[in-house]
Amino acid sequence: MSSTTSAPAGHEKYYVPESSSLAVRATIGLVLSVFGAALMLNDMTFGDPDRSSASVWVLTTGLVFFIFTLTSWFRTAIRENLAGMNSSQLHQSYVLGMFWFIFSEVMFFAVFFGTLLYVRQFAGPWLAGEGDGGRMNGLLWPGFEFAWPPVITPQEIVGGADAQVIANNGAFVSQEKSMAPADAHAWYAWLPMWNTIILLSSSATVHVAHTAILSGDRKKFNRWLGITVGLALIFLGLQAAEYYEAYVLFGLTLNSGIYGSTFFMLTGFHGFHVAMGMTMLLIQLIRSMKNKHFTATDHFGFEASSWYWHFVDVVWVFLFLFVYIL
Amino acid sequence: MGDHHHGPAAGITRWLFTTNHKDIGTMYLWFSFAMFLLGGFFAMVIRAELFQPGMQLVEPAFFNQMTTLHGLVMVFGAIMPSFVGLANWLIPMMIGAPDMALPRMNNWSFWILPPAFLMLASTLFMEGGAPAFGWTFYAPLSTTYAPPSVTFFIFAIHILGVSSIMGSINIIATVMNMRAPGMTYMKMPLFVWTWLITAFLLVAVMPVLAGAVTMMLMDIHFGTSFFSAAGGGDPVLFQHIFWFFGHPEVYIIILPAFGVVSQIIPAFSRKPLFGYASMVYATASIAFLSFIVWAHHMYTVGMPVAGELFFMYATMLIAVPTGVKVFNWITTMWRGSLSFETPMLFCIGFLILFTLGGFTGLMLSIAPADFQYHDTYFVVAHFHYVMVAGAVFSMTAAVYYWLPKWCGRMYNEAMGKTHFWISFIGFNITFFPQHFVGLAGMPRRIPDYALQFADFNMMSSIGAFIYGASQLLFLYNVIATIVAGKPVSDEKVWDGAEGLEWTLPTPAPYHTFEEPPQVPKPAGTI
Repeated sequence: MSSTTSAPAGHEKYYVPESSSLAVRATIGLVLSVFGAALMLNDMTFGDPDRSSASVWVLTTGLVFFIFTLTSWFRTAIRENLAGMNSSQLHQSYVLGMFWFIFSEVMFFAVFFGTLLYVRQFAGPWLAGEGDGGRMNGLLWPGFEFAWPPVITPQEIVGGADAQVIANNGAFVSQEKSMAPADAHAWYAWLPMWNTIILLSSSATVHVAHTAILSGDRKKFNRWLGITVGLALIFLGLQAAEYYEAYVLFGLTLNSGIYGSTFFMLTGFHGFHVAMGMTMLLIQLIRSMKNKHFTATDHFGFEASSWYWHFVDVVWVFLFLFVYIL
Repeated sequence: MGDHHHGPAAGITRWLFTTNHKDIGTMYLWFSFAMFLLGGFFAMVIRAELFQPGMQLVEPAFFNQMTTLHGLVMVFGAIMPSFVGLANWLIPMMIGAPDMALPRMNNWSFWILPPAFLMLASTLFMEGGAPAFGWTFYAPLSTTYAPPSVTFFIFAIHILGVSSIMGSINIIATVMNMRAPGMTYMKMPLFVWTWLITAFLLVAVMPVLAGAVTMMLMDIHFGTSFFSAAGGGDPVLFQHIFWFFGHPEVYIIILPAFGVVSQIIPAFSRKPLFGYASMVYATASIAFLSFIVWAHHMYTVGMPVAGELFFMYATMLIAVPTGVKVFNWITTMWRGSLSFETPMLFCIGFLILFTLGGFTGLMLSIAPADFQYHDTYFVVAHFHYVMVAGAVFSMTAAVYYWLPKWCGRMYNEAMGKTHFWISFIGFNITFFPQHFVGLAGMPRRIPDYALQFADFNMMSSIGAFIYGASQLLFLYNVIATIVAGKPVSDEKVWDGAEGLEWTLPTPAPYHTFEEPPQVPKPAGTI
């Protein structure tokens, strides 16, 4: 099999995999996906409805191929670990890889939080004529006043998209109600509060699962990991309800100006990450239940997923603070 | 499977399926050279159009596509991948590691690059043409007024970002986890240090760029208003986000170049690098400062005065650690036993011209003065002095310096020196006059110009053709070396070279340091 055991005392031999087709297959999947997505979006926006069905197929094929490749990639890595090829040094490479991956995700979310901060602290007041940046207000958006959540877009103040003197990306119609607690019809109907409770609890439950596997208690591990996945599912369900409420009842859409833009960008990417994290945890649960993977000392797949889950949780805390409350 | 002392696989699958850091490094290097030629071709179109005032060869819209693609291809296709290729080849050999930490992901980071650039280049043939909004793709040029091909541009940027993030995570994991026993952080060659810090920068800012293009995508296709004031957003916000990525990006490009120069100058001075520790701290300081200076790219956008002042002073601070570096390189040469082989010539060329580019950078950092220089050819001259004479010269030096180690054959020294002198002269003829036309008011990114700029522009164009042609000599020299160069077998190809990679046989075997070496107590550095 491998010569990993023949290393001299003092050093474990670092496992360098032989040549592998995984990377090229993943490339094909990824590139097909984004190429299909670009085709589809362009058909959608710049109009050629005849072609759009074909481009959806390019996207779907790419995604399916990509997911299959990633699955077999992870399967390969798991098998190598079970075959004893992974030294503690390789394990450390995986730890570093996961840590810096999460750091890159933090920076990705930082852009959208930064956008929210910039709009609320600088761009908004300037549009309303305040301070150093406000000199163009009288010329472009006379009468616009800034508030958060905004009650009206600058475009609406001047009479809508058609009346706007400079080119625009379409009509921006402000929402009727925002997602702030004041706009909920009762305190218990304010979904973000429930979602905060759910997500914080799930961080605790995944931690209980972690302590369980550390003491080798598989039954307890499965139970608490299962509860975590369940909580994640409830969170996503409530978020779907929230989006329905926003779009249908509150008139809050992607076209609602900067409030809708930042709201859906931040909560949407967070929701996507919750879905990813849930999938990761679910896979670990299946591995544990079906294949009896993970021991008290060897459970990196779960550990990495749980770090990711805690990260998603921390992002939510900031979301709750800056998007919903403040 | 089986024993590890085998050579490379045969045929195309060697390259498609490889997990070997040397193969992947080679692919990165060749790919980046191909992109260098492509971006260079775009530059030649630009200079041919600007040879004389008036419209010569191309339509203004196509000219804009050329400036845009030239910048994008050179930054993301030529310079960045070339240094990643160098990192792949050298970091494991310099720290005594058997390979990169995550070899399969390493292969993936490379292989997504060629299709991404294929997608980007294919926009030239799309309806509405390629992106024409400049490599900085400011909104609303890149949103409201963009051609439909912008969507492909956005996804190409996403893929480049994924590639860079995976590549950097790999480098961080390799440097932090794979150093041989005794290879402490402060014994690492400076090239490894600069790449470690560069990798941190990349992991921090590539996601920011991804966020920026994602917001563009949303504005274009889903009706959001991040960069549209009509909905309460702000196009200036785009500039802030772009330059929050963009300023660290210029150090991402130049820090590995600093690392290369810090390896080569000591070798040909036959002295250890002067001030090793201060070099490390200076690199880290530059990296830190790079996060708090971004708005010096947008002094004229209408920021509050307090902002202008903060960014002006913060920017000027960068001159301090950079000055430390230039001082250390010069002091390394001081009373050294110097010899002037091609790599050293390129490093000295780097040192002189990069310093000039640094000085013009200092001029540009002065906010009130920048109101005059902003978006003129002075800026073009400035960043070509640091990008071309900085990054590209040092990359060229690196190829001449390590090529004998890689392939076991010596390049033609006379041809190398000829390459240097033609490059050096051609480069200066191209870009030095641009300072003058810029100060006199010629704006960048235009296909036509006023008559008083004609002479300097003609000089610039002639210089560009000379510089461009000299790169073909470089290509010929490298191929001739690989195919039929004079064989060398000394482990130390250069008598002054220091470091673990020079303890390996020449040419470097397919697998090296499968057993980590013990690094001796007295290191090559103080």
